[in-house]
Amino acid sequence: MAYLEGKNLVASYGVVPILHECSVEVEKGELAVIVGPNGAGKSTVMRVLLGMLDATSGSVTLDGKDISMLSTQDRIGMGLAFVPQTKNVFPSMTVEENLEMGGFIRKDDISKTIQEVYELFPILYDKRKQLAVQLSGGQRQQVAFGRAMMTKPSVMLLDEPTAGVSPIVMDEIFSNILDVRNAGMAVLMVEQNAQQALNIADKGFVLVSGRNEHTGTGKELINDREVRKKFLGG
Amino acid sequence: MSDSIDIINAFALMTNFVILPALSYGSQLALGALAVTLVYSILRFSNFAQGDSMAFGTMLVILISGYMISKGWTITGFPTAILAIPLALIGMSIYLLTMDRLVYRHYRKIKAKQNIVGITASIGVMFVTGGIVRFILGASAQRFGDGERFIFSVREFKAFTGLEQGIAFKTSQFLTITLAILLVAFLFYFLQKTKTGKAMRAYSDNTELALLSGIDPDKVVQITWLLVALFTTIAGTLYGLDKGFAPQQYHLLLLPIFASVIVGGIGSPIGAIAGAFLVAFSEILLTYAYKKFLIYLLPLSMHPSSLVQLIGTEYKYAISFVILVIVLLIRPTGIFKGKVIDGE
Repeated sequence: MAYLEGKNLVASYGVVPILHECSVEVEKGELAVIVGPNGAGKSTVMRVLLGMLDATSGSVTLDGKDISMLSTQDRIGMGLAFVPQTKNVFPSMTVEENLEMGGFIRKDDISKTIQEVYELFPILYDKRKQLAVQLSGGQRQQVAFGRAMMTKPSVMLLDEPTAGVSPIVMDEIFSNILDVRNAGMAVLMVEQNAQQALNIADKGFVLVSGRNEHTGTGKELINDREVRKKFLGG
Repeated sequence: MSDSIDIINAFALMTNFVILPALSYGSQLALGALAVTLVYSILRFSNFAQGDSMAFGTMLVILISGYMISKGWTITGFPTAILAIPLALIGMSIYLLTMDRLVYRHYRKIKAKQNIVGITASIGVMFVTGGIVRFILGASAQRFGDGERFIFSVREFKAFTGLEQGIAFKTSQFLTITLAILLVAFLFYFLQKTKTGKAMRAYSDNTELALLSGIDPDKVVQITWLLVALFTTIAGTLYGLDKGFAPQQYHLLLLPIFASVIVGGIGSPIGAIAGAFLVAFSEILLTYAYKKFLIYLLPLSMHPSSLVQLIGTEYKYAISFVILVIVLLIRPTGIFKGKVIDGE
Protein backbone atom coordinates (compact mmCIF):
# COMPACT_ATOMS: atom_id res chain seq x y z
CA MET A 1 0.00 0.00 0.00
CA ALA A 2 1.35 3.40 -0.99
CA TYR A 3 1.96 6.15 1.60
CA LEU A 4 -0.96 8.30 0.43
CA GLU A 5 -3.60 6.51 -1.53
CA GLY A 6 -6.96 7.56 -2.93
CA LYS A 7 -8.79 4.47 -4.08
CA ASN A 8 -11.85 4.21 -6.35
CA LEU A 9 -12.92 7.74 -5.55
CA VAL A 10 -16.40 8.77 -6.65
CA ALA A 11 -17.40 12.39 -6.15
CA SER A 12 -19.75 14.97 -7.52
CA TYR A 13 -20.54 18.67 -7.18
CA GLY A 14 -24.24 18.59 -6.39
CA VAL A 15 -25.78 16.42 -9.10
CA VAL A 16 -22.88 16.80 -11.54
CA PRO A 17 -20.68 13.70 -11.29
CA ILE A 18 -16.97 14.50 -11.52
CA LEU A 19 -14.97 11.43 -10.44
CA HIS A 20 -15.79 7.86 -11.43
CA GLU A 21 -13.75 5.29 -9.54
CA CYS A 22 -10.59 7.28 -9.84
CA SER A 23 -7.41 6.16 -8.02
CA VAL A 24 -4.14 7.96 -7.32
CA GLU A 25 -1.23 7.18 -5.02
CA VAL A 26 2.16 8.48 -4.05
CA GLU A 27 5.06 7.13 -2.01
CA LYS A 28 7.42 9.06 0.25
CA GLY A 29 10.33 10.48 -1.70
CA GLU A 30 8.30 10.25 -4.88
CA LEU A 31 6.82 12.87 -7.22
CA ALA A 32 3.51 11.87 -8.77
CA VAL A 33 1.78 14.02 -11.35
CA ILE A 34 -1.85 14.13 -12.36
CA VAL A 35 -2.36 15.37 -15.91
CA GLY A 36 -5.35 15.46 -18.20
CA PRO A 37 -7.62 17.80 -20.15
CA ASN A 38 -9.68 20.56 -18.57
CA GLY A 39 -12.60 19.28 -16.58
CA ALA A 40 -11.04 15.85 -16.08
CA GLY A 41 -11.41 16.19 -12.32
CA LYS A 42 -7.73 16.73 -11.49
CA SER A 43 -8.32 19.39 -8.87
CA THR A 44 -11.32 17.51 -7.54
CA VAL A 45 -9.07 14.55 -6.70
CA MET A 46 -6.99 16.92 -4.58
CA ARG A 47 -10.04 18.27 -2.82
CA VAL A 48 -11.23 14.76 -2.00
CA LEU A 49 -7.80 13.71 -0.71
CA LEU A 50 -7.85 16.78 1.57
CA GLY A 51 -11.40 16.30 2.78
CA MET A 52 -12.56 19.58 1.28
CA LEU A 53 -15.08 17.60 -0.73
CA ASP A 54 -16.68 14.38 0.48
CA ALA A 55 -16.38 11.34 -1.76
CA THR A 56 -19.59 9.35 -2.21
CA SER A 57 -17.52 6.19 -2.23
CA GLY A 58 -13.91 5.11 -2.21
CA SER A 59 -11.28 5.59 0.46
CA VAL A 60 -8.33 7.79 1.29
CA THR A 61 -5.52 6.21 3.31
CA LEU A 62 -2.39 7.79 4.75
CA ASP A 63 0.36 5.44 5.89
CA GLY A 64 -2.18 2.59 5.95
CA LYS A 65 -4.71 4.48 8.10
CA ASP A 66 -8.11 5.30 6.66
CA ILE A 67 -8.53 9.10 6.85
CA SER A 68 -11.66 9.35 4.68
CA MET A 69 -13.81 10.45 7.60
CA LEU A 70 -11.44 13.08 9.02
CA SER A 71 -11.92 16.83 8.64
CA THR A 72 -9.51 18.88 6.57
CA GLN A 73 -7.86 20.28 9.70
CA ASP A 74 -7.26 16.80 11.10
CA ARG A 75 -5.71 15.67 7.82
CA ILE A 76 -3.44 18.74 7.87
CA GLY A 77 -2.50 17.75 11.42
CA MET A 78 -1.56 14.28 10.19
CA GLY A 79 0.95 15.62 7.69
CA LEU A 80 -0.93 16.61 4.54
CA ALA A 81 -0.19 20.03 3.10
CA PHE A 82 -1.81 21.72 0.15
CA VAL A 83 -0.93 24.62 -2.12
CA PRO A 84 -4.07 25.69 -3.99
CA GLN A 85 -3.76 27.01 -7.52
CA THR A 86 -5.30 30.41 -6.83
CA LYS A 87 -5.90 32.36 -3.64
CA ASN A 88 -3.02 30.54 -2.03
CA VAL A 89 -1.72 33.35 0.20
CA PHE A 90 -3.23 35.67 2.81
CA PRO A 91 -3.03 38.85 0.72
CA SER A 92 -3.31 41.49 3.45
CA MET A 93 -0.81 39.79 5.73
CA THR A 94 2.97 40.07 5.52
CA VAL A 95 5.14 37.31 4.12
CA GLU A 96 6.26 36.42 7.63
CA GLU A 97 2.70 36.35 8.94
CA ASN A 98 1.75 34.07 6.05
CA LEU A 99 4.43 31.64 7.17
CA GLU A 100 3.35 31.95 10.81
CA MET A 101 -0.20 31.07 9.81
CA GLY A 102 1.15 28.08 7.90
CA GLY A 103 2.59 26.82 11.19
CA PHE A 104 -0.57 27.67 13.12
CA ILE A 105 -1.25 24.13 14.36
CA ARG A 106 2.27 23.59 15.61
CA LYS A 107 2.79 23.90 19.35
CA ASP A 108 6.60 23.98 19.18
CA ASP A 109 8.91 26.78 18.05
CA ILE A 110 8.35 27.52 14.37
CA SER A 111 11.13 30.07 13.92
CA LYS A 112 13.56 27.40 12.73
CA THR A 113 11.17 26.27 10.00
CA ILE A 114 10.67 29.89 8.96
CA GLN A 115 14.48 30.18 8.61
CA GLU A 116 14.49 27.02 6.47
CA VAL A 117 11.87 28.52 4.17
CA TYR A 118 13.97 31.69 3.89
CA GLU A 119 16.99 29.55 2.98
CA LEU A 120 14.97 27.83 0.28
CA PHE A 121 13.53 31.16 -1.00
CA PRO A 122 16.04 33.93 -0.09
CA ILE A 123 13.89 36.60 -1.79
CA LEU A 124 11.18 36.00 0.81
CA TYR A 125 13.59 36.97 3.57
CA ASP A 126 14.14 40.36 1.93
CA LYS A 127 10.40 40.82 1.53
CA ARG A 128 9.35 39.35 4.88
CA LYS A 129 7.73 42.61 6.10
CA GLN A 130 5.84 43.21 2.86
CA LEU A 131 2.23 42.28 2.30
CA ALA A 132 1.76 39.21 0.14
CA VAL A 133 -0.51 41.16 -2.19
CA GLN A 134 2.44 43.38 -3.17
CA LEU A 135 4.59 40.49 -4.43
CA SER A 136 4.99 39.29 -8.01
CA GLY A 137 3.23 36.12 -9.14
CA GLY A 138 6.34 33.96 -8.80
CA GLN A 139 7.17 35.32 -5.35
CA ARG A 140 3.60 34.81 -4.22
CA GLN A 141 3.87 31.20 -5.39
CA GLN A 142 6.97 30.86 -3.20
CA VAL A 143 5.05 32.27 -0.22
CA ALA A 144 2.27 29.76 -0.90
CA PHE A 145 4.81 26.96 -1.08
CA GLY A 146 6.59 28.16 2.06
CA ARG A 147 3.30 28.45 3.96
CA ALA A 148 2.52 24.82 3.16
CA MET A 149 6.02 23.75 4.29
CA MET A 150 5.46 25.24 7.74
CA THR A 151 3.69 22.20 9.18
CA LYS A 152 6.69 20.05 8.16
CA PRO A 153 4.32 17.87 6.14
CA SER A 154 5.01 14.35 4.93
CA VAL A 155 2.81 14.83 1.86
CA MET A 156 2.68 17.93 -0.30
CA LEU A 157 -0.25 18.39 -2.65
CA LEU A 158 0.20 21.04 -5.33
CA ASP A 159 -2.54 22.28 -7.62
CA GLU A 160 -0.96 23.66 -10.82
CA PRO A 161 2.01 25.31 -9.11
CA THR A 162 3.26 26.79 -12.39
CA ALA A 163 -0.02 28.28 -13.61
CA GLY A 164 0.53 31.81 -14.87
CA VAL A 165 4.26 32.08 -14.21
CA SER A 166 7.05 32.68 -16.73
CA PRO A 167 9.10 29.72 -18.06
CA ILE A 168 12.11 30.76 -15.96
CA VAL A 169 10.06 30.83 -12.78
CA MET A 170 8.50 27.53 -13.83
CA ASP A 171 11.92 25.86 -13.94
CA GLU A 172 12.67 27.36 -10.54
CA ILE A 173 9.45 26.01 -9.06
CA PHE A 174 10.04 22.54 -10.52
CA SER A 175 13.53 22.54 -9.04
CA ASN A 176 12.07 23.52 -5.63
CA ILE A 177 9.59 20.65 -5.94
CA LEU A 178 12.39 18.20 -6.70
CA ASP A 179 14.29 19.48 -3.65
CA VAL A 180 11.27 18.77 -1.50
CA ARG A 181 10.90 15.30 -2.96
CA ASN A 182 14.57 14.55 -2.47
CA ALA A 183 14.16 15.56 1.16
CA GLY A 184 11.84 12.56 1.49
CA MET A 185 8.42 14.10 1.12
CA ALA A 186 5.67 12.58 -0.96
CA VAL A 187 4.66 15.11 -3.61
CA LEU A 188 1.48 14.87 -5.64
CA MET A 189 0.78 17.61 -8.13
CA VAL A 190 -1.77 18.51 -10.72
CA GLU A 191 -0.06 20.09 -13.70
CA GLN A 192 -1.17 21.83 -16.87
CA ASN A 193 2.33 21.71 -18.40
CA ALA A 194 2.08 17.95 -18.88
CA GLN A 195 5.27 17.45 -20.90
CA GLN A 196 7.58 19.19 -18.42
CA ALA A 197 5.82 17.69 -15.42
CA LEU A 198 6.01 14.12 -16.68
CA ASN A 199 9.67 14.66 -17.49
CA ILE A 200 10.51 15.08 -13.83
CA ALA A 201 7.78 12.84 -12.39
CA ASP A 202 8.37 9.41 -10.91
CA LYS A 203 4.80 8.47 -11.56
CA GLY A 204 1.98 9.88 -13.66
CA PHE A 205 -1.77 9.58 -13.79
CA VAL A 206 -3.66 10.64 -16.90
CA LEU A 207 -7.26 11.44 -16.01
CA VAL A 208 -10.03 11.82 -18.55
CA SER A 209 -13.61 12.61 -17.47
CA GLY A 210 -12.91 11.51 -13.92
CA ARG A 211 -11.46 8.11 -14.89
CA ASN A 212 -7.89 6.78 -14.88
CA GLU A 213 -7.02 6.62 -18.58
CA HIS A 214 -3.32 5.85 -18.27
CA THR A 215 -1.02 5.19 -15.34
CA GLY A 216 2.72 4.63 -15.35
CA THR A 217 6.10 6.12 -14.65
CA GLY A 218 6.75 9.55 -16.11
CA LYS A 219 8.98 8.09 -18.80
CA GLU A 220 6.49 5.41 -19.79
CA LEU A 221 3.74 7.97 -20.25
CA ILE A 222 5.93 10.32 -22.28
CA ASN A 223 6.95 7.48 -24.53
CA ASP A 224 3.41 6.10 -24.84
CA ARG A 225 2.20 6.91 -28.37
CA GLU A 226 -1.43 7.33 -27.42
CA VAL A 227 -0.66 9.63 -24.50
CA ARG A 228 1.66 11.70 -26.66
CA LYS A 229 -0.90 12.05 -29.41
CA LYS A 230 -3.80 12.92 -27.16
CA PHE A 231 -2.27 14.96 -24.37
CA LEU A 232 1.21 16.07 -25.22
CA GLY A 233 0.57 17.40 -28.72
CA GLY A 234 2.30 14.73 -30.82
CA MET B 1 -22.45 90.74 25.25
CA SER B 2 -19.55 92.73 23.84
CA ASP B 3 -19.51 93.86 20.24
CA SER B 4 -15.84 93.06 19.68
CA ILE B 5 -14.60 89.89 18.04
CA ASP B 6 -13.96 87.29 20.68
CA ILE B 7 -12.17 84.24 19.30
CA ILE B 8 -11.40 82.59 22.64
CA ASN B 9 -15.00 82.56 23.78
CA ALA B 10 -16.11 81.38 20.34
CA PHE B 11 -13.67 78.50 20.60
CA ALA B 12 -14.82 77.65 24.13
CA LEU B 13 -18.40 77.64 22.86
CA MET B 14 -17.54 75.27 20.02
CA THR B 15 -15.59 73.01 22.36
CA ASN B 16 -18.49 72.75 24.75
CA PHE B 17 -21.29 72.25 22.24
CA VAL B 18 -19.60 70.65 19.23
CA ILE B 19 -16.12 69.26 19.77
CA LEU B 20 -16.56 67.42 23.08
CA PRO B 21 -20.03 66.02 22.25
CA ALA B 22 -18.88 64.94 18.78
CA LEU B 23 -15.72 63.33 20.14
CA SER B 24 -17.66 61.26 22.63
CA TYR B 25 -20.53 60.47 20.23
CA GLY B 26 -17.92 59.55 17.59
CA SER B 27 -16.16 57.26 20.07
CA GLN B 28 -19.42 55.50 20.88
CA LEU B 29 -20.20 55.06 17.18
CA ALA B 30 -16.65 53.86 16.56
CA LEU B 31 -16.97 51.07 19.12
CA GLY B 32 -20.30 49.99 17.60
CA ALA B 33 -18.86 50.26 14.10
CA LEU B 34 -15.87 48.10 15.07
CA ALA B 35 -18.29 45.41 16.27
CA VAL B 36 -20.09 45.55 12.91
CA THR B 37 -16.74 45.42 11.10
CA LEU B 38 -15.65 42.35 13.06
CA VAL B 39 -18.85 40.48 12.25
CA TYR B 40 -18.61 41.51 8.61
CA SER B 41 -14.97 40.44 8.28
CA ILE B 42 -15.33 37.06 9.95
CA LEU B 43 -18.95 36.01 9.57
CA ARG B 44 -19.46 37.85 6.28
CA PHE B 45 -22.71 39.60 6.91
CA SER B 46 -23.81 43.07 7.95
CA ASN B 47 -25.17 42.68 11.44
CA PHE B 48 -28.49 44.53 11.61
CA ALA B 49 -28.88 43.47 15.22
CA GLN B 50 -25.99 45.71 16.34
CA GLY B 51 -28.11 48.60 17.68
CA ASP B 52 -30.46 46.34 19.60
CA SER B 53 -27.53 44.25 20.86
CA MET B 54 -26.11 47.45 22.32
CA ALA B 55 -29.46 47.97 24.04
CA PHE B 56 -29.30 44.40 25.36
CA GLY B 57 -25.80 44.90 26.77
CA THR B 58 -26.83 48.20 28.33
CA MET B 59 -29.89 46.53 29.82
CA LEU B 60 -27.62 44.00 31.55
CA VAL B 61 -25.48 46.83 32.87
CA ILE B 62 -28.56 48.69 34.16
CA LEU B 63 -29.87 45.58 35.91
CA ILE B 64 -26.53 44.64 37.46
CA SER B 65 -25.59 48.19 38.49
CA GLY B 66 -29.08 48.63 39.99
CA TYR B 67 -28.42 45.61 42.16
CA MET B 68 -24.96 46.85 43.07
CA ILE B 69 -26.30 50.27 44.06
CA SER B 70 -28.98 48.63 46.24
CA LYS B 71 -26.18 46.74 48.01
CA GLY B 72 -24.09 49.88 48.32
CA TRP B 73 -21.28 48.54 46.12
CA THR B 74 -20.32 51.81 44.49
CA ILE B 75 -17.20 53.85 43.92
CA THR B 76 -17.27 57.54 44.64
CA GLY B 77 -17.06 59.76 41.62
CA PHE B 78 -17.76 57.23 38.92
CA PRO B 79 -20.99 55.65 37.72
CA THR B 80 -21.62 52.19 39.13
CA ALA B 81 -22.38 51.10 35.57
CA ILE B 82 -18.64 50.92 34.93
CA LEU B 83 -18.29 48.38 37.76
CA ALA B 84 -21.17 46.37 36.29
CA ILE B 85 -19.58 46.05 32.84
CA PRO B 86 -17.46 42.92 33.52
CA LEU B 87 -20.47 40.93 34.73
CA ALA B 88 -22.65 42.27 31.92
CA LEU B 89 -19.95 41.19 29.47
CA ILE B 90 -20.34 37.61 30.58
CA GLY B 91 -24.10 37.79 30.06
CA MET B 92 -23.69 39.48 26.68
CA SER B 93 -21.17 36.88 25.52
CA ILE B 94 -23.54 34.08 26.48
CA TYR B 95 -26.40 35.81 24.67
CA LEU B 96 -24.43 36.37 21.45
CA LEU B 97 -22.95 32.86 21.45
CA THR B 98 -26.43 31.43 21.99
CA MET B 99 -27.80 33.46 19.08
CA ASP B 100 -24.91 32.23 16.95
CA ARG B 101 -25.62 28.65 17.94
CA LEU B 102 -29.37 28.99 17.34
CA VAL B 103 -29.38 31.14 14.21
CA TYR B 104 -26.16 31.98 12.37
CA ARG B 105 -24.32 28.66 12.69
CA HIS B 106 -26.96 26.90 10.64
CA TYR B 107 -26.30 29.19 7.66
CA ARG B 108 -22.54 28.68 7.93
CA LYS B 109 -23.01 24.92 7.88
CA ILE B 110 -25.15 24.96 4.75
CA LYS B 111 -22.73 27.50 3.22
CA ALA B 112 -25.48 29.95 2.38
CA LYS B 113 -24.65 33.01 0.29
CA GLN B 114 -23.85 34.72 3.47
CA ASN B 115 -24.26 38.45 3.30
CA ILE B 116 -27.88 38.50 2.21
CA VAL B 117 -28.85 35.44 4.26
CA GLY B 118 -26.96 36.76 7.28
CA ILE B 119 -28.58 40.17 6.94
CA THR B 120 -32.02 38.63 6.88
CA ALA B 121 -31.25 36.38 9.83
CA SER B 122 -29.78 39.28 11.78
CA ILE B 123 -32.93 41.34 11.18
CA GLY B 124 -34.79 38.52 12.93
CA VAL B 125 -32.29 38.56 15.78
CA MET B 126 -32.67 42.35 15.89
CA PHE B 127 -36.43 42.13 16.49
CA VAL B 128 -36.08 39.36 19.06
CA THR B 129 -33.33 41.23 20.93
CA GLY B 130 -35.24 44.50 20.86
CA GLY B 131 -38.34 42.67 22.07
CA ILE B 132 -36.52 41.09 25.01
CA VAL B 133 -35.12 44.47 26.06
CA ARG B 134 -38.54 46.16 25.92
CA PHE B 135 -40.11 43.23 27.74
CA ILE B 136 -37.64 43.45 30.62
CA LEU B 137 -36.99 47.19 30.94
CA GLY B 138 -39.97 48.70 29.14
CA ALA B 139 -39.86 50.98 26.12
CA SER B 140 -39.54 54.30 27.93
CA ALA B 141 -36.36 56.28 28.35
CA GLN B 142 -34.41 56.18 31.60
CA ARG B 143 -31.16 57.44 33.09
CA PHE B 144 -28.84 55.15 35.00
CA GLY B 145 -25.70 57.21 35.58
CA ASP B 146 -24.92 57.87 39.23
CA GLY B 147 -21.83 59.41 40.81
CA GLU B 148 -20.32 62.75 39.81
CA ARG B 149 -21.82 64.10 36.58
CA PHE B 150 -18.87 66.34 35.72
CA ILE B 151 -15.11 66.11 35.71
CA PHE B 152 -15.40 69.91 35.73
CA SER B 153 -18.60 71.91 35.31
CA VAL B 154 -19.30 75.13 33.39
CA ARG B 155 -19.22 77.09 36.63
CA GLU B 156 -15.88 75.61 37.73
CA PHE B 157 -14.42 76.26 34.30
CA LYS B 158 -15.60 79.88 34.28
CA ALA B 159 -14.25 80.48 37.78
CA PHE B 160 -10.92 78.95 36.79
CA THR B 161 -10.43 80.72 33.46
CA GLY B 162 -12.52 83.87 33.86
CA LEU B 163 -14.06 83.32 30.41
CA GLU B 164 -17.62 84.32 29.71
CA GLN B 165 -18.29 81.07 27.89
CA GLY B 166 -17.83 77.94 29.97
CA ILE B 167 -16.85 74.39 29.03
CA ALA B 168 -18.22 71.41 30.92
CA PHE B 169 -16.46 68.07 30.75
CA LYS B 170 -18.92 65.35 31.64
CA THR B 171 -17.81 62.18 33.40
CA SER B 172 -19.52 60.19 30.65
CA GLN B 173 -17.49 62.05 28.00
CA PHE B 174 -14.27 61.43 29.89
CA LEU B 175 -15.10 57.72 30.30
CA THR B 176 -16.16 57.39 26.68
CA ILE B 177 -13.00 58.88 25.23
CA THR B 178 -10.69 57.03 27.65
CA LEU B 179 -12.36 53.64 27.24
CA ALA B 180 -12.58 54.02 23.45
CA ILE B 181 -8.84 54.70 23.23
CA LEU B 182 -8.08 51.71 25.47
CA LEU B 183 -10.38 49.35 23.58
CA VAL B 184 -9.14 50.39 20.15
CA ALA B 185 -5.53 49.99 21.29
CA PHE B 186 -6.39 46.57 22.66
CA LEU B 187 -8.12 45.50 19.44
CA PHE B 188 -5.24 46.56 17.22
CA TYR B 189 -2.71 44.91 19.50
CA PHE B 190 -4.81 41.75 19.54
CA LEU B 191 -5.23 41.60 15.76
CA GLN B 192 -1.64 42.51 14.91
CA LYS B 193 0.40 40.77 17.58
CA THR B 194 -1.36 37.74 19.02
CA LYS B 195 -1.57 34.36 17.36
CA THR B 196 -5.34 34.23 17.77
CA GLY B 197 -5.74 37.74 16.36
CA LYS B 198 -3.61 36.88 13.36
CA ALA B 199 -5.65 33.74 12.82
CA MET B 200 -8.76 35.91 12.72
CA ARG B 201 -7.20 38.15 10.10
CA ALA B 202 -6.13 35.10 8.13
CA TYR B 203 -9.65 33.69 8.31
CA SER B 204 -11.06 37.02 7.13
CA ASP B 205 -8.47 37.27 4.35
CA ASN B 206 -8.79 33.80 2.84
CA THR B 207 -11.13 31.43 4.65
CA GLU B 208 -10.27 28.32 2.66
CA LEU B 209 -6.54 28.77 3.12
CA ALA B 210 -7.12 29.39 6.85
CA LEU B 211 -8.87 26.01 7.05
CA LEU B 212 -5.96 24.47 5.12
CA SER B 213 -3.59 25.95 7.71
CA GLY B 214 -5.48 24.18 10.47
CA ILE B 215 -7.22 27.27 11.86
CA ASP B 216 -10.39 26.17 13.64
CA PRO B 217 -13.30 28.14 12.15
CA ASP B 218 -15.57 27.56 15.17
CA LYS B 219 -12.98 29.02 17.49
CA VAL B 220 -12.46 32.05 15.27
CA VAL B 221 -16.21 32.67 15.21
CA GLN B 222 -16.50 32.30 18.99
CA ILE B 223 -13.68 34.73 19.66
CA THR B 224 -15.26 37.16 17.23
CA TRP B 225 -18.51 37.07 19.21
CA LEU B 226 -16.61 37.61 22.46
CA LEU B 227 -14.96 40.71 20.99
CA VAL B 228 -18.32 41.85 19.65
CA ALA B 229 -19.79 41.41 23.14
CA LEU B 230 -16.99 43.55 24.59
CA PHE B 231 -17.39 46.39 22.10
CA THR B 232 -21.18 46.23 22.04
CA THR B 233 -21.66 46.30 25.80
CA ILE B 234 -19.21 49.11 26.36
CA ALA B 235 -20.46 51.17 23.39
CA GLY B 236 -24.06 50.80 24.58
CA THR B 237 -23.23 51.64 28.20
CA LEU B 238 -21.23 54.72 27.27
CA TYR B 239 -23.95 55.96 24.93
CA GLY B 240 -26.52 55.41 27.66
CA LEU B 241 -24.44 57.22 30.31
CA ASP B 242 -24.08 60.14 27.91
CA LYS B 243 -27.59 60.41 26.49
CA GLY B 244 -29.79 58.16 28.60
CA PHE B 245 -31.17 54.75 27.73
CA ALA B 246 -34.11 54.28 25.37
CA PRO B 247 -34.56 51.09 23.32
CA GLN B 248 -35.83 52.93 20.25
CA GLN B 249 -32.85 55.29 20.30
CA TYR B 250 -30.48 52.33 20.32
CA HIS B 251 -32.37 50.64 17.52
CA LEU B 252 -31.97 53.78 15.39
CA LEU B 253 -28.22 53.92 16.12
CA LEU B 254 -27.89 51.26 13.46
CA LEU B 255 -28.05 53.92 10.75
CA PRO B 256 -25.13 56.11 11.87
CA ILE B 257 -23.16 52.95 12.72
CA PHE B 258 -23.67 51.48 9.25
CA ALA B 259 -22.90 54.85 7.71
CA SER B 260 -19.61 54.92 9.68
CA VAL B 261 -18.65 51.44 8.56
CA ILE B 262 -19.40 52.10 4.90
CA VAL B 263 -17.87 55.59 4.79
CA GLY B 264 -14.66 54.22 6.27
CA GLY B 265 -14.56 51.15 4.02
CA ILE B 266 -16.37 48.05 5.15
CA GLY B 267 -14.09 45.47 6.72
CA SER B 268 -11.44 48.05 7.63
CA PRO B 269 -11.12 48.72 11.39
CA ILE B 270 -9.31 52.05 10.88
CA GLY B 271 -11.98 53.02 8.39
CA ALA B 272 -14.72 52.26 10.90
CA ILE B 273 -13.14 54.63 13.42
CA ALA B 274 -12.54 57.40 10.88
CA GLY B 275 -16.06 56.95 9.51
CA ALA B 276 -17.56 57.14 13.00
CA PHE B 277 -15.95 60.50 13.70
CA LEU B 278 -16.90 61.80 10.27
CA VAL B 279 -20.53 60.87 10.86
CA ALA B 280 -20.54 62.22 14.42
CA PHE B 281 -19.01 65.56 13.45
CA SER B 282 -21.27 65.92 10.41
CA GLU B 283 -24.35 65.23 12.50
CA ILE B 284 -23.44 67.72 15.22
CA LEU B 285 -21.94 70.42 12.98
CA LEU B 286 -24.98 70.42 10.70
CA THR B 287 -27.57 70.48 13.47
CA TYR B 288 -25.79 73.04 15.69
CA ALA B 289 -27.28 76.54 15.90
CA TYR B 290 -24.42 78.93 15.13
CA LYS B 291 -26.09 82.16 16.28
CA LYS B 292 -24.07 82.65 19.44
CA PHE B 293 -20.86 81.49 17.76
CA LEU B 294 -21.28 84.10 15.03
CA ILE B 295 -22.12 86.78 17.57
CA TYR B 296 -18.74 86.16 19.15
CA LEU B 297 -16.95 86.36 15.82
CA LEU B 298 -18.78 89.03 13.83
CA PRO B 299 -19.03 92.79 14.39
CA LEU B 300 -22.29 94.01 15.86
CA SER B 301 -23.73 95.15 12.54
CA MET B 302 -23.50 91.61 11.13
CA HIS B 303 -25.00 89.74 14.10
CA PRO B 304 -27.50 87.17 12.90
CA SER B 305 -31.10 87.37 14.04
CA SER B 306 -32.00 83.77 13.21
CA LEU B 307 -30.61 80.62 14.90
CA VAL B 308 -28.31 79.90 11.92
CA GLN B 309 -29.03 76.20 12.21
CA LEU B 310 -28.49 74.34 8.94
CA ILE B 311 -30.72 71.35 9.73
CA GLY B 312 -33.13 70.74 12.60
CA THR B 313 -31.99 68.14 15.15
CA GLU B 314 -35.04 66.00 14.33
CA TYR B 315 -33.37 65.32 10.96
CA LYS B 316 -30.07 64.12 12.38
CA TYR B 317 -30.59 60.54 11.19
CA ALA B 318 -31.17 61.84 7.67
CA ILE B 319 -27.59 63.11 7.74
CA SER B 320 -26.26 59.56 8.15
CA PHE B 321 -28.54 58.50 5.36
CA VAL B 322 -27.32 61.21 3.00
CA ILE B 323 -23.68 60.38 3.82
CA LEU B 324 -24.42 56.73 3.14
CA VAL B 325 -26.00 57.46 -0.25
CA ILE B 326 -23.23 59.85 -1.31
CA VAL B 327 -20.49 57.35 -0.41
CA LEU B 328 -22.23 54.45 -2.13
CA LEU B 329 -22.65 56.55 -5.27
CA ILE B 330 -19.21 58.13 -5.41
CA ARG B 331 -16.82 55.76 -3.66
CA PRO B 332 -18.49 52.47 -2.73
CA THR B 333 -15.26 51.09 -1.27
CA GLY B 334 -15.17 53.87 1.36
CA ILE B 335 -12.27 56.10 2.36
CA PHE B 336 -9.96 53.25 3.30
CA LYS B 337 -10.77 51.01 0.32
CA GLY B 338 -12.71 48.26 2.02
CA LYS B 339 -14.72 45.66 0.23
CA VAL B 340 -17.70 46.45 -1.95
CA ILE B 341 -20.87 44.88 -0.68
CA ASP B 342 -21.97 42.63 -3.48
CA GLY B 343 -24.40 40.29 -1.79
CA GLU B 344 -21.92 37.43 -1.84
